[in-house]
Amino acid sequence: MHRFIPPKIAQKIMTGVFWASGILTILILLVIIGYVLMKGLPVVNFEFIFSDPVNSGRSGGIFPFIMSSIYVTLIAVLVATPLGVGAAVYLSEYAGENRLVKLIRFGAETLSSIPSIVFGLFGLAFFVIYLGLGWSVLSGGLTLALMALPTILAASEVSIESINKSYAEGSLALGATKWQTIYKVVIPAALPGITTGVILGMGRAIAEAAAVLYTVGAALMIPTSIMDAARPLPLHLYILATEGLSMDNAWGTAAVLVIMILIITVVTNTLVDRYRKKMMGR
Amino acid sequence: MSKWNEEFFIEKGLLLTAISSVIVIALIIIFIFREGLPALQSVGFFSFLFGMEWAPSNGQYGIFPMIIGSLGITALSLLMAVPLGVFCAIFLSEIAPSKMRKILNPTIQTLAGIPSVVYGFFGLVLLVPFMRVQFGGTGFSMFTASVILTVMILPIIVSVSEDALRSIPVEYKEASLALGATHWQTIKNVIFPAAIPGIITSVILGMGRAIGETLAIIMVAGNVVQIPTSIMDPVRALTSNIAIEMGYATGVHYNALFATGIVLVFMIIVLLVIANYFHYKKKVTIGGGYL
Repeated sequence: MHRFIPPKIAQKIMTGVFWASGILTILILLVIIGYVLMKGLPVVNFEFIFSDPVNSGRSGGIFPFIMSSIYVTLIAVLVATPLGVGAAVYLSEYAGENRLVKLIRFGAETLSSIPSIVFGLFGLAFFVIYLGLGWSVLSGGLTLALMALPTILAASEVSIESINKSYAEGSLALGATKWQTIYKVVIPAALPGITTGVILGMGRAIAEAAAVLYTVGAALMIPTSIMDAARPLPLHLYILATEGLSMDNAWGTAAVLVIMILIITVVTNTLVDRYRKKMMGR
Repeated sequence: MSKWNEEFFIEKGLLLTAISSVIVIALIIIFIFREGLPALQSVGFFSFLFGMEWAPSNGQYGIFPMIIGSLGITALSLLMAVPLGVFCAIFLSEIAPSKMRKILNPTIQTLAGIPSVVYGFFGLVLLVPFMRVQFGGTGFSMFTASVILTVMILPIIVSVSEDALRSIPVEYKEASLALGATHWQTIKNVIFPAAIPGIITSVILGMGRAIGETLAIIMVAGNVVQIPTSIMDPVRALTSNIAIEMGYATGVHYNALFATGIVLVFMIIVLLVIANYFHYKKKVTIGGGYL
């Protein structure tokens, strides 16, 4: 049938189809963000952000949940960054291509595709019960660290490998040891890329709910130590929505989350842009 | 002397951080199996995997309806997301003006980062009532869940397919155009076939995300344990089963939920092995671009 359509007309039709699908995709996605912000932003004000929830979150604010999110994310990043960056340095500067490296890469790849609820199960069995950390900021944060690890590793490895080899050669020629070169030359040069990776890992940790569902508890108060139970924002949104506590507060919480993700995207894009310009400029 | 020592220890220390992800994977597998195997032993491997009844209060633990639920939701969402996503990727790599791309890429990036509970909440409040009015029933269904999942996996499919299309050498395209082919003929006969391994990888990644998604599905799928007879029936996914029941499960029930986790991990590893077969090395994109 379509053999009878002249190529020029087929070209026109298909160009139209491509434009339509591109625009449709963007439209679907923008409608969702737009709708969440439209419903949520009227709820979000100074009081909503900085006050305690009233009546299990039926009214009042979300301050304890914001603090919970900050704490678990902080723990996740503090644990995952040294591991991820160290692994990236090893893979790109020390390791050759051998079986161990292949195994490490497969491990990282698998880690990045394991469902978040399985991380939650593991966190429950290992951190909460086996290590006896209980439902706590620490258990939740460590579980999230495992999820952020592959993101930070991948971004750091790419940015270290994109460093011009002559930097390291110059340093080695001056008599610096390999580690001095890495520490003083390679890592500083790769820092913007590594930072971007860390922020992306942070984004993954902030957005996660399933992995903390059975590791962090569901407290309504601001955690005062890392052994306290907490309730990060996505978990709060899930509880509000599924228990039908307050639709207004749920929209507000959703809007706060969307704004956080928007900020993360803008920051990473700016960093990458600046980094790329710097690398091109030389 | 001491300098040599220092270098030695640093290298070993870095090696230790490098194998951390392997250790973590090993620990995950060990602990999921440790907690899950007792259930497989007491229920029996085949009656667990292919059992039709899930009734923990009666000691019945069959997850087959949920395997069908997970696969059904995933298949339906791929059916919608793959054509749209691949067309959108072709649009971005071949047709869209560069200014438009600069706006669209960060938008897609943002959408990939939005928490899944936000999508689920959106589905619960808007899509479920819409489905109820349009198609009757409760509005909670396999179809509703797959529509929400379609939106969630679109960003992955678009961005990975776009990378694949963009990495095709420009000479291929130029040669085809120079022979007098139109742009569409070039896309259809040259660029798309060359990018197939990458596009398949994008589909597998989207599939992995769809199988693993939990809370968003709970919010819209209805969570009834049954084999659906139509796409408008409510279903329960494997992931949802764990999240819904873990809060109060004890004994064999608790172990059976970990055994459900074993099945999920197995599915993901199969997908990864298939993905590796295509040898497509996914580029790491950070923000709107590559580093």
